[in-house]
Formats: sequence, structure tokens, C-alpha cells
Amino acid sequence: MIKVLFFAHLKDQVGVGNIEVQEDQLTVKSLLEKVVKEYSLSDIDHIMVSINEEYAVKDDIIRSGDVVALIPPVSGG
Amino acid sequence: MTLKLFEVIDQPIQTQEIIDKVVGRNVGAITTFIGTVREMTKGKKTLFLEYEAYVPMAEKKLEQIGVEIKKKWTEASVAITHRIGRLTISDIAVVIAVSTPHRKDAYEANEYAIERIKEIVPIWKKEHWEDGEKWIGNQLETKSYPKGYPEKEDIDD
Repeated sequence: MIKVLFFAHLKDQVGVGNIEVQEDQLTVKSLLEKVVKEYSLSDIDHIMVSINEEYAVKDDIIRSGDVVALIPPVSGG
Repeated sequence: MTLKLFEVIDQPIQTQEIIDKVVGRNVGAITTFIGTVREMTKGKKTLFLEYEAYVPMAEKKLEQIGVEIKKKWTEASVAITHRIGRLTISDIAVVIAVSTPHRKDAYEANEYAIERIKEIVPIWKKEHWEDGEKWIGNQLETKSYPKGYPEKEDIDD
């Protein structure tokens, strides 16, 4: 089980802040594609992904127990 | 009480408390950056802002900025607090305090900190106007990821 967190406009689109994905192992790229399709997410250009609070790249492997976040372009400050 | 140098809070920021964290005997300069909520942006009137953060990661990334600054300006001390939640016009959203023995480094390191916040710290703001609302994306407009993902060099310093 992989926990996926959503923020900003993605959270509004999904309707909740987090979901659980029943997968043992998949790449960042496949998880992103899966979630985008399942929740018909739009405005996903430049979304970054973190695994356990560190930025990940598309080929990084996500494993069961990891906490993943979809991170839209940031606008703090 | 242990002082937390890098913090995301949902209460008003007490600027002096952030400054106090970087005071030291070998300090000759302290620069403070105070980011406040602006009313007019590109002709649109903001009523209030809503900041959201991935708090544990945001605090880690603020800490990382502190580490990066220490590498570039070895004698610097840094403290950063960012506020989240609903903020109205002129409220303080972020305070960055940097101290160094000499002033030039304090100015440079402080500017570095705010630029990095806008790149890597997972905090978002939603603008509320009279006629609508919108989550604001990358305001730097200096970064784009042609493949849709950041490359290693975008993530690591």
C-alpha cells in the first residue's frame, strides 16, 4: 500500500488530501500516470513527486509503505 | 525550550523572535527579509490569501536551504519561519533572518534563501479576488521541466 498526498489545486480536484494505492512497487512515472488517469487530473504540467519527503525523478521506484506527494509548482514566500 | 530555526506555523509571525535566533557575538550584520501580502497584483485586487504547506517536507526543505547557505557563506546563521493559513493584506507570510560577521554576506545569503524558497519549498498560495480564486503556480517562471519532471540537478544543490 502506497499513500499518496495531494496539495493545492490537485487536492481540490481529487476532493481529499490523500488516497491509498494498492501497489507493491512502481515507478514515479507509472504512479503519476495512474493517478492522473483515475482522478482525471488537469493542470499537471511541472508536477513534482516526492517520496518520503524527498524530491524524486521519474524512474525512481516507489515501494509499499512509502508516502508519496504530488507537488504542484510551489508559490511560497 | 529548543529553538526551531526552520519552521512552518499557522499563527502570526513575531519577527523579533526570528531575528533573536541568529544573534551572536561574532555577528556584525543581520539582514531580515519580511514577505508580506500585497493587495494589487497585475491589476487584480487580492482580498486575502490562503497558504497551504506539506509541513514536514517544507520544514526539511527550509533546513536544506540553511545547509546550502552554510556551504556558501560558512559563517552565516539562518532562521526562517513561514506562515500558513488565511492571511490578509499586509500580513507577514515569511521572515528570513541571516546573520554574518560582515554585511555583504548577510544581504547575499538572505536573497539566496528567498529565491530557493520559491524553488523547492512545498508551500502554495491561493489568491482570493472579488471575482474568483486560484492556486498560484511557479512565480519565478525561470524553471521549466521539458520532460515534465525535474532532473537531478534541479533537486540537489
